Amino acid sequence: MAPRVLVSDELSETAVQIFRDRGVEVDFQPKLGKDKDKLAEIIGKYDGLAIRSATKATEKIIEATDGLSLMEVIRDDGVDELLALCGGCCSCATCHVYIDQDQDARLPPMSEDESDLLDSSSHREDSSRLSCQITIDDRLDGLRVTIAPED
Amino acid sequence: MTLAPRHFSVVIVGGGHSAAQAAIALRQRKFEGTVAIIGEETELPYERPPLSKDYLAGRKPFERLLIRPATFWHEREIAMLTGQRVVSVDPDAKIVRTHDGTAISYDDLIWAAGGHARALTGVAPGLAGIHTVRTRADIDRMMGELLSVTHVAVIGGGYIGLETAAVLAKLGKRITLIEAQERLLARVGGAALSHFYESEHRAHGVDIRLNETVAEVQAVAGKVSGLRLGSGEVIPAEMIVVGIGIIPAIEPLLAAGARGGNGVEVDGNGQTSLPHVYAAGDCALHTNRYAGGRLIRLESVQNANDMATAIARAIMGDPEPYNAIPWFWSNQYDLKLQTIGLSVDHDEEIVRGDPADRSFSIIYRKEGRVIALDCINATRDYVQGKLLVAAEAKLPREMLENSAVPLKQILEHAA
Repeated sequence: MAPRVLVSDELSETAVQIFRDRGVEVDFQPKLGKDKDKLAEIIGKYDGLAIRSATKATEKIIEATDGLSLMEVIRDDGVDELLALCGGCCSCATCHVYIDQDQDARLPPMSEDESDLLDSSSHREDSSRLSCQITIDDRLDGLRVTIAPED
Repeated sequence: MTLAPRHFSVVIVGGGHSAAQAAIALRQRKFEGTVAIIGEETELPYERPPLSKDYLAGRKPFERLLIRPATFWHEREIAMLTGQRVVSVDPDAKIVRTHDGTAISYDDLIWAAGGHARALTGVAPGLAGIHTVRTRADIDRMMGELLSVTHVAVIGGGYIGLETAAVLAKLGKRITLIEAQERLLARVGGAALSHFYESEHRAHGVDIRLNETVAEVQAVAGKVSGLRLGSGEVIPAEMIVVGIGIIPAIEPLLAAGARGGNGVEVDGNGQTSLPHVYAAGDCALHTNRYAGGRLIRLESVQNANDMATAIARAIMGDPEPYNAIPWFWSNQYDLKLQTIGLSVDHDEEIVRGDPADRSFSIIYRKEGRVIALDCINATRDYVQGKLLVAAEAKLPREMLENSAVPLKQILEHAA
């Protein structure tokens, strides 16, 4: 499969072409390196990051590279109540969980799609989330999660 | 000397969502007997939908497609007999036999073997460069060849063909897509859906040929080099992807006397015409309320999962016949299509919102009642549309067309 590399600094077309010639898919976003938060948000989707000096590969960026979702962690931990039928592409609501609201600040904000899908559950509460939409990182250590009943 | 066959209380044949869910649902309900899954492929049960999407695109490694990790099956005491193809079923002795002659006996058999990708006819066996999209091995082979490929011909304008074309177009391949019908997605959706996806794919450089057939696969030195179309035109292709549906893998059941044809017939509990033999998922012909009560096969994760659950319940003596609303999804480029209900019988389609916004829905009606929706980047319509399909709602067309008013509100207003 083709690995994906994000280029977040100015890099010559020749250099980018070297990646492509070797079967690497390149996403060229030369302005992105200066936006630390945006970079941390999207880096999990890539296998590699190519930089010069504007991008700083901070600890935060490195941590954000593991793109596993809370849904995958729960499933791989052997919990059988979580169906997660669409595999995590936010197309169903079968990975519905409750996360105590005192922990809310640590979670990524909810997208409109996620909220709409949660509306399809008769068990929606204020603490409801779709676990496939929460990417795991160290900030979530010790997170308490309850699996919502099946609809 | 004859060895007694290995015995399991429940033997499940298959390797996808349906097989996995049957076993999971049995254990969830505290089934205490022994359970085995016999799979033709060497992998543990995995999700097939990402094969034509994230897996082919290289965005997800295979491990993330596993429905459950290896430890899960071990801890639940579900025996995994992978790489074993079941070739015969003896419903009287309650024994299945695999390709290497192994006999395995059962109390109840759940057949969730899905299907095999339909092959292009008239192609020399062993020709390199021809691919289907059904198994992990299919995609691994395809990815292994991609580097040396510039032109790809995709045969079939259904979801598999279009999703594959979308990924390959993004990887920079030059794609020609050949569809025998006059529009894309003709078997699963209405004309508005077809035209929208046609223009999206064309905008991404996919060369779409409708009303077109394949006359001949051309090859050089045992490898695909191009296609001669029915119109006589020759197009170059170092790779051909065939996405023309599946053939249900039910031969052993039919040979054992099970009723069926294009699928094996089951009742609401997933039971076939053979005692103690159930079938679920892509290969099961069932009466579906959302298809006007006709016998149909449904190729979807929802159907695979929900039928498997119904069978587990029936085996546990707590039946609740299968009656779920069908739902599907398809991701192409940045378009998320979500479908609720079955549109095949529609006599009218209503476009809600403007396709030019790349966020809109198509509402299908039959005799004035809502039977299905295709929602493109419109999750809210998908969620609320389910209520309309469940209610078989009869609502004024001009209200349904008005995307400023949520569907739920329209339904409540009419009640």
